[in-house]
Amino acid sequence: MANKLHFSLVSPARELFSGEVDHVIAPGSEGEFGVLANHAPFMTTLKNGVVRVLEGNDVKMRIFVRGGFADVTPEGLTILAEEARMLDKLKVEDVQKELEETHLKIQSLDKEDSTRLTLQEHYDYLESLKAAMVN
Amino acid sequence: MPSLKDLKNRIGSVKSTRKITKAMQMVAAAKLKRAQDAATAARPYAERLASVLANLSASAGAGGPKLLTGTGEDKIHLVVVLTAERGLAGGFNTYVVKLAKQKIDELRAEGKEVKILTVGKKGREQLSREYGDLFVGHVDLSGVKGGDFSESAIGLGKKLTLEFDQGDFDVATLVYSQFKNVLSQVPTAQQLIPASAPEDSETVDLGNALYIYEPSEEAILETLLPRYINTQILSAMLESAAGEQASRMTAMDNATNNAGEMIDSLSLQYNRARQAQITKELIEIISGAEAL
Repeated sequence: MANKLHFSLVSPARELFSGEVDHVIAPGSEGEFGVLANHAPFMTTLKNGVVRVLEGNDVKMRIFVRGGFADVTPEGLTILAEEARMLDKLKVEDVQKELEETHLKIQSLDKEDSTRLTLQEHYDYLESLKAAMVN
Repeated sequence: MPSLKDLKNRIGSVKSTRKITKAMQMVAAAKLKRAQDAATAARPYAERLASVLANLSASAGAGGPKLLTGTGEDKIHLVVVLTAERGLAGGFNTYVVKLAKQKIDELRAEGKEVKILTVGKKGREQLSREYGDLFVGHVDLSGVKGGDFSESAIGLGKKLTLEFDQGDFDVATLVYSQFKNVLSQVPTAQQLIPASAPEDSETVDLGNALYIYEPSEEAILETLLPRYINTQILSAMLESAAGEQASRMTAMDNATNNAGEMIDSLSLQYNRARQAQITKELIEIISGAEAL
């Protein structure tokens, strides 16, 4: 493959990855899609799932994202995720622990608290993350 | 003329003040590093989101959602004033409040209805005397640990979009302190709602190609706009936190220097007074001896 695709993945907290890759497969809200170099301009929302980065035919990196957008321009692919974790570096126990902590935090808040909704989203994300790791 | 004992007490008290300000300066310096890192780390996301929005709104035109185009009216303004939870940071909070006051007065002079939402205790305290009747809400940041403002920012963003949908206000402006560098923090008023992409954000030239949107342009805009607002609030909070620490560091550095100077001049005064007393006693003894 002659051309490389510029791929960057950013979450509100930081930039997780930026560099040249061959192929990225991302979970669009209307279905998974793959992006190669010179893709047509394309924008979509994402659902919770795994973003796979391929080098040749091998999966080089797997990143679990929650929501956000993918934006394909002639310059490359940008994924703006609400939350993102490198899947290969995570341990199931850590996720489980965070899951329990979040659950406790949610229960300690009143029903009307606006952060409750945010935490609930975080909780759902962790849960689907755990499910993705177990499989 | 203060007595020797008074002088000694004063020197002691200024010395302990200097110890405190020195400690505060060092704490602020350490916190500043962390706050600055957090603010820098959050920047790529905000920039990308802004350029995505710029691309989208350029093609969306006038038929976009209300968050982008506004309610079509310009009557009720919400001013969100973002300050620190704590004082002793030089003019940091005062500058923000000053700009907010100016903004509020301007809007009122134009005959608009103004509502104020305060974030951070200090701003609320300083505004409450003059504009207390305009307060509609307050966000407390004192519970935020380790500079993680994302929960508060998203909470506030959701609240604002909800109130906007209910028609509680037409325009929301955020007044906060922008972090330029350690020495300068610039109070800034930024329009939050209706959202507008910053003018300097780059739009990508697509040539003749057209964007493909999935599911649809409107649906993407609808999910993107609230996030864009949240992100703007978040980066404002991060910048304000960094600015607060920077400002406190400078203020406390000055205070430490001033305390040092004061100690020097007080010590000089003390030594002179002590010398004068010794001389006086000597004269008394000598003149007493001469009289015999």
